[in-house]
Amino acid sequence: MIQLFAAATGEVPGISEVVLWAIILCPLAAFAAITLYVRHLPKIAGYLSILAIGVSFVLSLIALVDVLGAGGGIAIYSHDWFRAGPLELALGVRIDGLTAVMLVVVSSVSLLVQVYSQGYMEGDPGYGRYYAYMSLFITAMLGLVLADNLFMLFIFWELVGLSSYLLIGFWFHKPSAASAAKKAFIVTRIGDLGLLAAILLIWTRHDTLAIHEIHDLALTGALAGTTLTLFGLGLFAGAVGKSAQFPLHVWLPDAMEGPTPVSALIHAATMVAAGVYLMARFFPVIEASPDALNVVGWIGAATVAVGASLALVQTDLKRVLAYSTISQLGYMMLALGVFGYAVAVFHLFTHAFFKALLFLGSGSVNHATNTFDMRLMGGLRTVMPITFWTFLIGTLSLSGIFPLAGFWSKDEILLEAWVNNKGLYAVAAIASFVTALYMFRAIFLTFFGTYKGGEAVDHEDEDSHFHGDPAHPHESSWVMTVPLLILTAGAIAAGWWAWGKEFHHFVEAAVPGGLHKAPDFSYWIAITSSLIAVAGIGTAWAIYHRGLVSSAEIRKIAFPLVALLENKFFLDDLYERAFAVQAFQRGWNRLVEVFDTTAVDGAVNGVGWVGTQSSRVLRHAQTGQVQLYGVGIAAGVFIVAIIVFIANPL
Amino acid sequence: MLLTLLVFLPAFAGLLILLLPADRAGYSRWLALLGSLVALAISIGMFFDFQTGGGFQFVDRASWIDVGSFEIQYFLAVDGLSMPLVVLTTFLTAAAVLVSFSIEHRPRAYFACLMVLSTAVLGVFTAMDFLLFFLFWELELFPMYLLISVWGSGRREYSAMKFVLYTVAGSAFMLVAILALAFSAGTFDMEVLGTSTITTAVLPLGWVFLFLFIGFAVKLPIVPLHTWLPDAHSDAPTAVSVMLAGVLLKMGGYAIIRTCVTILPDQANDYGIWLAAIGSISVLYGAFVTFRQTDVKRLIAYSSVSHMGLVLLGIGALGTTAMVGAAYQMLAHGLITGMLFVVVGLMYERTHTREIGRLGGLARQMPLIATGLVFAGFASVGLPSLAGFIAEITVFLGAFQKHEWAVIMAIFGVVLSAGYILWTLQRVVFGPVRHEWDEADDQKHWWEHASVIGLAALVILLGVYPSLIMDMLDPAIGVVSARVAG
Repeated sequence: MIQLFAAATGEVPGISEVVLWAIILCPLAAFAAITLYVRHLPKIAGYLSILAIGVSFVLSLIALVDVLGAGGGIAIYSHDWFRAGPLELALGVRIDGLTAVMLVVVSSVSLLVQVYSQGYMEGDPGYGRYYAYMSLFITAMLGLVLADNLFMLFIFWELVGLSSYLLIGFWFHKPSAASAAKKAFIVTRIGDLGLLAAILLIWTRHDTLAIHEIHDLALTGALAGTTLTLFGLGLFAGAVGKSAQFPLHVWLPDAMEGPTPVSALIHAATMVAAGVYLMARFFPVIEASPDALNVVGWIGAATVAVGASLALVQTDLKRVLAYSTISQLGYMMLALGVFGYAVAVFHLFTHAFFKALLFLGSGSVNHATNTFDMRLMGGLRTVMPITFWTFLIGTLSLSGIFPLAGFWSKDEILLEAWVNNKGLYAVAAIASFVTALYMFRAIFLTFFGTYKGGEAVDHEDEDSHFHGDPAHPHESSWVMTVPLLILTAGAIAAGWWAWGKEFHHFVEAAVPGGLHKAPDFSYWIAITSSLIAVAGIGTAWAIYHRGLVSSAEIRKIAFPLVALLENKFFLDDLYERAFAVQAFQRGWNRLVEVFDTTAVDGAVNGVGWVGTQSSRVLRHAQTGQVQLYGVGIAAGVFIVAIIVFIANPL
Repeated sequence: MLLTLLVFLPAFAGLLILLLPADRAGYSRWLALLGSLVALAISIGMFFDFQTGGGFQFVDRASWIDVGSFEIQYFLAVDGLSMPLVVLTTFLTAAAVLVSFSIEHRPRAYFACLMVLSTAVLGVFTAMDFLLFFLFWELELFPMYLLISVWGSGRREYSAMKFVLYTVAGSAFMLVAILALAFSAGTFDMEVLGTSTITTAVLPLGWVFLFLFIGFAVKLPIVPLHTWLPDAHSDAPTAVSVMLAGVLLKMGGYAIIRTCVTILPDQANDYGIWLAAIGSISVLYGAFVTFRQTDVKRLIAYSSVSHMGLVLLGIGALGTTAMVGAAYQMLAHGLITGMLFVVVGLMYERTHTREIGRLGGLARQMPLIATGLVFAGFASVGLPSLAGFIAEITVFLGAFQKHEWAVIMAIFGVVLSAGYILWTLQRVVFGPVRHEWDEADDQKHWWEHASVIGLAALVILLGVYPSLIMDMLDPAIGVVSARVAG
């Protein structure tokens, strides 16, 4: 079964279905080939993976051009997969503006990261395995954005979770990595319960899982009331897990145990944005429920605040970026909460470039210094000029400085918030000050001042593949710097697509509905947000570069607050120690286990014991004396006779 | 005659094995492999020859014992429900033979028992005369008792006896119910029983349903009749664990659909909610206890209690989708748990321990075994693209309308299974290398990997191409659910 479907605006894109499936299948083929054949030929595994994703990238560009040419129309190709009774499930692909943008973001960043990884992962004993896992991830992520129904989306959603698990735990001999991988999978699965419940609900009540049919249900009002709200919140629960929103954000900082290119691709640019994509994909549902919309907006705001405040106190460069990612994902959710569908997708788009850039930059720094601890860095500006300048541009973009990409998208979020919800605006504006502050704190600690020597190489560690000399840091090789330069171009220019709201019109055509029209550019908002960001940069300069205010002094004065932040609001302790270990494992599970062994199995063994004991007594009747048996038989006949007599009176 | 040939072929191979002279005992494994592979080939041939939606096929029927008004028949047949289970049985038998290739203690008796076990299980899945069914059901006990008590470990006699007593206690109820049905309907023919309506009986029909259910629920097993399972698993040799988890538990789920629900649809309607509730409780209870296990095999055994709860939940919903899901879950669980036990068996042969606390870091020294454990673990967690996910989601989608709360309870099992499986992987496979196993040879024997790779391939196949089985299950179960719906 194949169906085509066009939106109210635009025509059906003419792209062939084969091309769309090929986008998913190329990296899958690379994964299969590497796993089965070339696992032990690392160089070839790397080239194969890069080739496959290169093809996917080109095909994604073709798809984007095609949808642009069709004015943002929609094409859907759906096939029956399997059926059981009334249940019919389909596999299908859907191409529209939203999917096309996501395809290009995912495949372009993937391609650059894969090239970069050749330098970063060089000499690692798991090089081939690394490229296999990365190929699997890219397959799953491309499948996620192409899926035309919620069921297929869920399948790829879980597969990106698997590849995230495998890549966080890539250096599995490190207990911290193994533990972080487990944490990431389980915490996101808690959110997935909501997504699963949403699937059950929509199927049971409305017999469909197809995305365009769910859109129609929401727009026509057939899907309404409690079902609508529960469905929306179920989807959102999945998004909270995957996109590391408060209170399930705790897995993302730990996920930094994975190799840095993984953090750049999966835990910054693409996978963690899948939750935002999911909410955008089902925006007509969210939009139709004011309750769901409010929850999305305020959870987003809480995430913005938590992420930004925790980023301030990190000493590990990658963790600064991780909390920054949490905070930026919060911005995207906040945007959705104020009807900013296109704006959220726009921020997702620009964020992918500058955040991938920043992560890869931190990897480059790590390659020179053998550490991520900013207290062991400093002064790298002169020895690593390319890394420094690209990192600086990424930081300026993230801080929202004109005319870089981040300025445009962040400005629009603030604008939407100002128009629709002043409370959310206040959170977003204050956090943008903190954003500039923590990012420039990182810049000053890493690249300015004097070099503190990095981390000495541990030659005992057989898994370490560090080649250089941390005492004399140097710029990374071209396979690493070229991707940085290309991403820098993205971090500068990606925002210009929104000129004249072209980007917005394009992605808006992908999702039917009326409310999400972006407000017009406001100089007032743009100027205030720029001033806020500049103030943040100035504050960082004053504290961390010139030392006008001593950070030690601030710590002393704000001691309780700093303690709260350094302990991550005690959430990890609450979840892991108090709940998972004490209440759940040592409390409840132990109770059930004791019940199982004493009450349930005890009863079984008790029956056995009674049987043995009673036979021990009864065997005394087996005397072998015929007279005694005769008495027994007679007594039995007599009792039976009485029973028969009572039952059937004469 | 094909079905008769298939059912008795393993037992015949077992007989030949027993006839081998003592100095040729080493051939017994090859004979067993040959027998199981031929049986597998026949069953696959039947699978592709099977007419989807064509009711009972490959019928072998003869009058056996004729006593007045009662005729006991020799009646074998398969339909869309039993056909996949037959293939599962022959497949796992071959896998069980392969993982037993290194057995050195009395190999002839061992392989003969394994082969008879296979015949008994195949008989249960194909017998369509209720008394014949009962005979096969009881036949399975004999080889199982010997396999656990002679070739087992730990408290093997206790565990073997517990297994037998539990099943026999259930069988007592089952026999009463079978006789009550036969006296009421005048036949042991399960096809006739499954199409006629029984209104009056020598016992209240609710009791008959309950007695049958108790007999089968022990095998499934349900909470609280499950405590024989961890004992049997932890003390049984690897191949027996594979058979036990892979096919013996499925006899319970199969029999509940085939007899309880099909023969007594009205009672099934009355008790469906209870079945679903017990299923959900088993899912959660099993998962909670799994978290506390420190022996890998006991851990898998308790996770089986949890996963088999989904089978009962699906059956309790009585709709086509949910029961197809339940049947699919039986197949998926058979392959996945079979694979888990195979991999853990290989691991045990190299490390000589199953204590989680003593294991760790195996991924370095035994990459293939570690990969197998991670793969089977994720399959058990219900990862999409693998068989378990299709089964779980079909049960959930099918049961949600009818038993909303039971399903909402059971979906927490999805997170719990991720919790205990990933925690186990972390402690067993990952973490720092322990140098005591530096010498362990990961890739010692071809037969070990043949079974692991074969199982993994099927787990993927059922995960990406469900129609292969669903199209067969759907019409057969559609008949049952239509009968329940009236």
